[in-house]
Order: sequence, then C-alpha cells, then structure tokens
Amino acid sequence: MYGSGILKGLGVTFRHLITTFIDDIQWLGRKRDVEVFQQKQSLANRGLVTVEYPEEKLAVPERFRFTPFLITYNQDDPDYPGKDWCTSCGICAKVCPPQCIWIVRGTDPKTGRPKPEPEQFYIDIDICMNCGYCAEYCPFDAIKMDHNYELASYDRTSTHIHDKARLSREIRYWQSIAPTIAAEEEAARGGYDHTDVQKARKKAGLEPSRPDPLKVKPAEPEPAPVAVAVAEAPAAAPQAEAPKAEAAPAASAAPAAPSSAAADGETPPHPGWIKRGKRWIDPNAKVEPVRRKGKSE
Amino acid sequence: MTNGEINLRDLQHPDIPVPEEMQSNIAVTSLSSLYNWARSRSIWPMLFGLACCAIEMIATAASRFDLARFGMEVMRASPRQADLMIVSGTVTKKMIVPIVRLYNQMPEPKYVLAMGACASGGGPFKEGYNVVSGIDKYVPVDVYVPGCPPTPQALLYGLIALQKKIERQSLGVGASVPWYGGGPSEEVPVPILGPDIVDPRHAELLRKEAQKNRVTPTVAEMLAESAQPESA
Amino acid sequence: MTDQVLPQVTDLPSTVAALKERFPNAVKDDTRSGYQGVIVDPAHLTEFARVIRDEFGFNYLSSVTAVDYLGHGDHLEVVYHAYRVPSGGKPLVFKAQTDRNDAVVPSLVSIYPGADFQEREAYDLYGIHFVGHPNLKRILLWEGFEGYPMRKDYHEAYYEQETKPFDSRWPGGHVFRAEEYNPFGHNVRYPAGFTLDDYKPVAEEQLQQGMALGVDIMGDPAFRTDRLIVNLGPHHPSTHGVFRMMVALTGETIESLEPVMGYLHRNHEKIGERNTWYGNMPFTDRLDYICSMANNLAYAITVEQMMGNQVSVPYRAEVIRVLMAELTRITNHLWAIGFLLNDLGAFFTPALYAIQTREYILDFFEATAGSRMMCNYMRIGGVAKDLMARIRSEAALINDKVRDMDTMEYLDKLINDRLPRSIDELDELLSESEIIKSRCIGVGLLPAEMAIAYSASGPLLRASGVPYDIRRADPYSIYPELEFDICTRPNGDIYDRYYLRLDEMRQSVRILKQILPRLKDTQGQPIFGGKTSYSIKVPAGEAYGHAENPKGELGFYCVSTGGGNPWRYHVRAPSFINLTPLGEMCKGQKVADVVAILGSIDIVLGETDR
Repeated sequence: MYGSGILKGLGVTFRHLITTFIDDIQWLGRKRDVEVFQQKQSLANRGLVTVEYPEEKLAVPERFRFTPFLITYNQDDPDYPGKDWCTSCGICAKVCPPQCIWIVRGTDPKTGRPKPEPEQFYIDIDICMNCGYCAEYCPFDAIKMDHNYELASYDRTSTHIHDKARLSREIRYWQSIAPTIAAEEEAARGGYDHTDVQKARKKAGLEPSRPDPLKVKPAEPEPAPVAVAVAEAPAAAPQAEAPKAEAAPAASAAPAAPSSAAADGETPPHPGWIKRGKRWIDPNAKVEPVRRKGKSE
Repeated sequence: MTNGEINLRDLQHPDIPVPEEMQSNIAVTSLSSLYNWARSRSIWPMLFGLACCAIEMIATAASRFDLARFGMEVMRASPRQADLMIVSGTVTKKMIVPIVRLYNQMPEPKYVLAMGACASGGGPFKEGYNVVSGIDKYVPVDVYVPGCPPTPQALLYGLIALQKKIERQSLGVGASVPWYGGGPSEEVPVPILGPDIVDPRHAELLRKEAQKNRVTPTVAEMLAESAQPESA
Repeated sequence: MTDQVLPQVTDLPSTVAALKERFPNAVKDDTRSGYQGVIVDPAHLTEFARVIRDEFGFNYLSSVTAVDYLGHGDHLEVVYHAYRVPSGGKPLVFKAQTDRNDAVVPSLVSIYPGADFQEREAYDLYGIHFVGHPNLKRILLWEGFEGYPMRKDYHEAYYEQETKPFDSRWPGGHVFRAEEYNPFGHNVRYPAGFTLDDYKPVAEEQLQQGMALGVDIMGDPAFRTDRLIVNLGPHHPSTHGVFRMMVALTGETIESLEPVMGYLHRNHEKIGERNTWYGNMPFTDRLDYICSMANNLAYAITVEQMMGNQVSVPYRAEVIRVLMAELTRITNHLWAIGFLLNDLGAFFTPALYAIQTREYILDFFEATAGSRMMCNYMRIGGVAKDLMARIRSEAALINDKVRDMDTMEYLDKLINDRLPRSIDELDELLSESEIIKSRCIGVGLLPAEMAIAYSASGPLLRASGVPYDIRRADPYSIYPELEFDICTRPNGDIYDRYYLRLDEMRQSVRILKQILPRLKDTQGQPIFGGKTSYSIKVPAGEAYGHAENPKGELGFYCVSTGGGNPWRYHVRAPSFINLTPLGEMCKGQKVADVVAILGSIDIVLGETDR
C-alpha cells in the first residue's frame, strides 16, 4: 500500500515521542539527582537525553585532553613548595606538531650554565591542537592536559598566550582530575616525588621518595570549575581560574614586557624596533584584531 | 512571566514577576536590560560550517546538548535573518571573501563567535599558505572559544559568555556598540583574491612596501634580520 | 563486472617484466633504494597507460600525485598507482619524470577519467602541465595565485624553517606571533612591487569561462530559453561544508556542473612535509574529521610499511585498531545517512536520530583516546594507550560518577544491543518511505564501468555493483581472520548508496562482535611494538599505504629521504576523488537532485580540500 512506508517511519518517531514522556514520568521530581543523571547519560537509557549544560555537566573522562598545563609541587609542600616539575628539556617543544610551545631554558645566574628549570614557558592556545603529545612524551610527567574547557574569552591578544604563571597548576589538581592516571604515573616514577628529586634524595642517602603529603595530611580540595562560574559576572567568567592563577596577572599572557633596547646600547635593525628577549620586533606590526567602532566596551 | 510572555502593560504594575534570569541583573528596570534580555535569548545563528568545529557545532545543536534551550535553535541559512555568525573552523584565504560578504549582509545588531583555535588565530594550520591567521583580521569578533575542537559544552560556555556580553550593552546614544549609537557601521571591505589575499584596507601599505621592490619577506627572513645586531 | 576477462599475467613482478619487454626503451625499473615500480618515458606514457589498462587489466587508476625532488636529482616526478578492480592486489606503480623548469607530462584523462582532478591538483600545486587535459586550471587555489606552493623552493609567508622542530622554540623560546614578523600583519606574501592600483583579479572570470553563459539553447522557437548559471555554495545549507558548484541549467535540467573547491584547502600536505613523522598523526585526524581513527590507521600502516621490520604491531594493538576503525565506520555512515536525509529536505529529524548513537561511540573514543573527534590514537607500531579498565569521568565535577562503568561491559552493551538496535530503527524509519524512494531511486546513476573509470571508491563504488573492498583486496591488520561480506548493490543510484551504508554498518557490527572475544583474550598484552623515542627516523624510500575508510580508499603516499620528516606526504583522499564523477552523475538530472547526489557521495571537505 502506498504510504505504508511513511507510516512505518512515523511510527518510529511516535515511539520516540512516547519514550520521552515515559522518561519524564519515570524521573519526575528527581531531575537534578546525580544518580538519575548517570542513568540518563549511560547506555541504560533508550534514547539520548539532553544535558542541560550550565546546570548539569557531562563530566569528562580522565584521559580527556584540552589545553596543556604545567605541574608544580603543591604550594604547601613542606620541602619543595611550588617547585616546577619541568626541567626545560624541550621535548614537548620539539614533539609539538604545530609548534605552539616556546620555552626559555633557565640559566644559573652564577655560572651562566643551563639549569633544569624553565625560565619562561609559553603555549599559544590559538595554535595548540590539543593532541596531547607534549603530555605523552614528557619524561618527567611535568606537562599534562587540562580538563577545563571553559576558556571562552572576549579578547585573544591578551589571554590566548598562556605563560608559565598561567600554565602552572599544583600536582594535587592533576591528582584530583585524573586520580587513576596520576596513581599509575606515580607507580611508574617509583614514588610520589619528581624523578630528579628522587635521584637527589638517593644521593643524599634519604628515602628516594616521600609519601604523598596529601595522603598524610588531607588538604582542602581544589575548587572545581562548577556551574556557578557561568552565572557569575561575565568579565570574570572567562578567566575563572584556580586561586594560584588568579594571583598571577592574567594579562601577563601578553609577551614579556619589552625591555628598553637603548639602555643596552644596541642598535635596532630598523628604527623604532624594540627588543624582546634576544630578538627585535616591530612594535607597530599589525597584530591587533579588527575591532568594532564605538566606545570601548 | 509564568507563560513566558511579556505584556507591556504589566510593566506598570509594581508586582511584576521578575524572571530568574533577570534577578541577577543589576538594572532590571532599565529598558536596555529588558531589550537585551529578550535579544540575548533569541540569538539566531547562521547555518554555516567551515571545518571540523562545524561537526561539534552540529553536535551542540543536536539532541544531547540542544541549543534550543538558549533560543538559538533557529539556524538561518540566510545571513539576512541571522544575528550570530559562528565561525566554526579554519578560515582559508579563498573562503574569507565569502565570509566577509556574508558578514556585511547580516543586519545589525550582529555578533561573531570564533569557534576553535583556527578561527581565533589560525590554529595548527596557521603556517599554511592558504590560511587566514584569525578571523579577527577581517571582522570584529565578540567571543573566542579556544580548543581544537571545542567540545559542545565549551561552545555552550562561549555562547553563554556572548549572552552575558549582550546583556551588558547599552541602548543609549554613543553606546558601546555602533548600532545603538551613531547609526549603522561601515561595511568591511571585501578582500581580493590577487597573487595572495589582498585586504583593500592595506592599499596604502602595499604602495609603501612596493617601493622596496622585494617579495614580501617570510618570517624566517624577518627573524634573521631582527637577530642580526645580536650576532654583529 | 564478472564477465571481464582477467589478464593472464596476474602477479606484479611478471607484469613488470612483460611491460619492460613490451616497451624496451621507455620503461625501466626504479632502482633507487626503497623505491618500487617502473619509470616510464613521458613520451610513451599514454601508450603505456592504454596497454596496462586494456591488456593487463589495470583498469583503476587510484592515485596520481607529484613529487618535487629538488636537491635529489632536481626533477619533478608524477607518480601513478593503478589496480585491477575488483580482483585487487598490490598496486602497479609507475612514474614519469620531467624537468622542474619546463614541467610537461601527457595527461591520462582520456584513458583514466579519474585522473582529472588529481592532475589538476598536481598542476595547481606543482605547476606540471598535463598536455591534453580538457580543463587544466587551478583547483584548490584560485586563478591568479602566485607560485606553485608544493614545490620545495616555495616559502609561505610564515615560513620559519625547512623542517620541524623549529629552532626558535627552545632553548631561547621567546614567544612571538608570526603576524608580528609580517609587514602586513597578515599571512600574506606579495611579489615584488605589487600594488592594488591597476590590479584586476581574474579568479571569478576564469571560473565563469567555459560555462557558456548566455548561449541560446536550441529547441522549439516558442519556448527558447537561455542557459542559466546557478551558483551553489560555498556557503550553502546543505553542501556538507564549504563546497561550491557552478551549474548550467536548461530550465530545471542540469546541462553541466563544475565543482569548485579549495575553500578549506589548509595546506595539509605542505605542513605534513614540514612535520615530523609523528607530528602528522594528529593532522590526519583533521583530514576526514568524522573518521579520525580510520585516518590514523591508514597513516600508521603507511609508515609501518616504510619502517619494515623495525616495528611490529602487537596482536592486541591490531584488535584495538580494528575495533576503532569499525566503530568509526558506523559513526560515519550514521552521519552520512542523517545528512543525506537533510539534503533530501527531511530537515534534521532523521539526522538527530542518526547521530544520537554516534554520541555513545564518541563517549567511548573520548574515554579511550581523550577527544571526541580528534583522537590521535594510533601510533607507528601500535596504539597510544590501552583501553581503560573503567570508563571514568573527572572526579572533580559535580556529577562525578557519570559514565563510570566497566569498559568491556560498555562495549558489550554498545555492540550487542545499542548499535544493532539503532541501525534497525534507522532502517525502519527511512528505507521504505515512499518519499525517499521516489526521490532516490534512479537518481544520480553511476554505472559500474564509469565508477571504475572515474576511480570512485568506497560505498560509491560498491553501490554500483563492484565488489571491491581494500579490507579484502589488499588486506591489512587482522581483517583476513575476520568474517564479513563485501556489500554491494546493483543499481548505483542514491537509494543504493544509502542502503549500502546500512548494510555496511551491519557488517561492521558483525566484525565488532568478533572483536569483543579477541579483546577479552588479549587483555594485558602489549599494545605498542614501535620506537618509544619522541622522534623517529624512517629509512629512505617510498611507500603507498591504503585502507578502506568509511568514505573510500584513503591512501598515503610518503617519500622519505632517511630523515625525521617526510620528503613527500600525499593524501589520496576518497572525498576528493569521489567527486570526479559528480559532473557526469548530475548531467540530465533536476537541479533539486544535485544536493542529494552530493549527499549520497558523502564527502567531507577537510579531506576534499586538505
């Protein structure tokens, strides 16, 4: 019969319609229940249920990759407070497919020789492709992929080059977002501590690694980026960050302040150029985005 | 406000029910807020996908993340009916010409959201010879959503940020956005497909550069040039 | 196709020997170390091609590309890969060399129409003139573009160094944006002395040429009509991305159609030659961004071929690879069917139904590889990580227990219950609908001979009745030990392409059901048998690796000079080559069907334009 195929198809849509109501009735009054949410978002469900985003969020898995961040010791670590895990070996910068990592290797001010600590570390997240190679090939577990995807901003010139202050997070943050992986890595390292620290301690005749101070003394958990962040003042929302990153000026993502060249007595290659690091740049080069005319917002 | 409709006569009653979304606003009483509230909750995006991010944009519009909750489900294929251009993907030099034309055709007020690393600043393909390093080289961008690609939730976060931005705009004369203040803004000049993409706004600069009579230097050449005094 | 006379000489070495005998002066072995195939004198190329097609049965020219050997002999080389379809086997590789300054090679379009777009691409990017090509103009870039960008001496505006990693990143990595070092602040490079003052762009005019604007069409004098040119795209609600078509119409009937592409040409190959071997892996994700896992697999296969016995892929890794590739096939076909229906005018309802199951597969990808779409999961010699024991979510978020379940259990439920159910549901929803049938049956016909001649691959080829599937024709991974059928459909119209995708999804589920016990058996076994170093060197030579991607044959042609970066990195993109017969398929159809035909080919622009 002509039209039976269409009717059959309409039957499918009708079934879906009924199912949604069955679901609604089934979960009546328990809309915000975490267990219900889990049930709804798993395969146990017959269809696919909407995640009402800012109010409820689909939690990301541990292996989730967004932008990279650097790991440091906890600020309240008794022995190495806030010490970088990065040794500025440069493997991440070399393996990075789109070359979005810039590292200034630290030098010892006395000897002038390189030391295993980055002086600066930049990631241009306008280039980063979230591939996770930096985290995968880092021999020191010092760079990891963040799970915070809520990074929208109104301006990219000042916020999209993440500098070291912006990138650094305490190890406890990583332990909190990826507990299983962090534990696996700890086992592979042979203990909680950084491999270099372990070597140094061994040399000094100490136990190679200390136990995780967090497990000895439970510290307050990292404030998680929760739904409230969206509802807050919009200017702050895109930069909603852990307390540590807030302490560092968020706008310091703008490249290091150009140092005055004239003071060094060097002559720029073109008149008016300024020096940044070891290189000269044209301060008037057009990197500014097009903006709408009108009063500043 | 229970049935979601606003009766203008209600505004005269002091006991007008205030919707939850408006309660957090500072100036509930001003016309701007009401106007912006209405507008920020009915943003019609342009149905316009460029690359990988477009797939995530479609996933955002699909059942699991459901843009309709934000009043954005009406994706318009015509720029003349759209309020928001979601630039979802790598912008190539060949594509920037239609994009600028589409932007010019959108009626004001209009907004641009750069979705993903490519639209924001070129992304992993930035070094390519046919890639525009950021849509904001040509059209003003309101919200940048980083990520490669941003997950649907990241895009939703960006869209909420855009709503917040709209809510703060003022209707007054000389306001922060041209369409409320001094009349319509100028069109963005459409780029030209020449030996490379040509921005008509660079006509003067081109003339100046032409006097040097050299091929435009690459970054490597400029780097070498700028490092010279160092080695000397 | 069964009545085709198969050649007597079937194996490749004796074919090559016979060919050398046939062309004693024109054909010689490629003796460079690591290379294969023969080098053909350009003067005899056309004749050679005719002979291999007609007498040796190489009826399918899969890939045409060029290599610039600057500093390695200073010549340009055009590389061809030909197969016998449907019998399969390894490709016959033949090459033609030409001078860099005066690059001329005869066109093979008259023998293999499938070479059309690929020769245009080589012309566009390398500046090789194919004599006898009917429509030799730029395809990815625009007319008037300065230079041939894939040549090794072409440097783009943001050029920093020949190969990655760049020296400016470490140890003195003071951050900069490339724009800062361009006088225009844009990614642009102009020839010396260029100004806008008397410049006239030619790109659009050149496009309109050949469409025969304003010509009167003969017919009944009372109803004489002008030819009408309609432009579809690049911004069009149903063109699967930024694809553009120029259509010449007589009334509503299509007289000719010219695809215009390159609106997403993001220089994948040029960047790929700058990248390290590993660095290309995440870039392959962005080729066909719906099927990143399958792209990863094809690239890994290619480089593994070049590495030879330096890498060996463990069994478990192969199992996981097939698992991922088949899940990807299902996501792609779900997507393709959903959006074909969009193109037919069933706006979004079928698409929503089709992609809801995709979300659950993406959840698995996200948990295993870390990203929903850009998986970057395969490595040269295995896969990046083993499956997680449990699909876990970030603990810090409010719904911390969501999706915490056993991975095997999840897969079990997905493969044995969810996927078959949603495929059946889609079948029930669409297959018998009279509207779909009347729109699809008999529209966009592609006969089998034409499909082969035009180098169509994947579902497009099989829907025309050609049982050619690389998983069987030139097996890779563990496909030989898995049971599945090569689906075909007899008619080669839109409906057959739609229905074939449903069938293929069912076959994929069948494969996945065989994968599950293998996954359980191999638990705990190694997943990586390659080099653990962050940068690998690949022995000098060339390799062509291909895999049956959801959209067709995805091939990678790589040339190594022994270093850490590919010398040549070419992608034989199914979406690109499957578009070659689009013009022919649309001829005589109504304009409303164009979009449906395009939807049935199932292209992704990231791969078409690269």
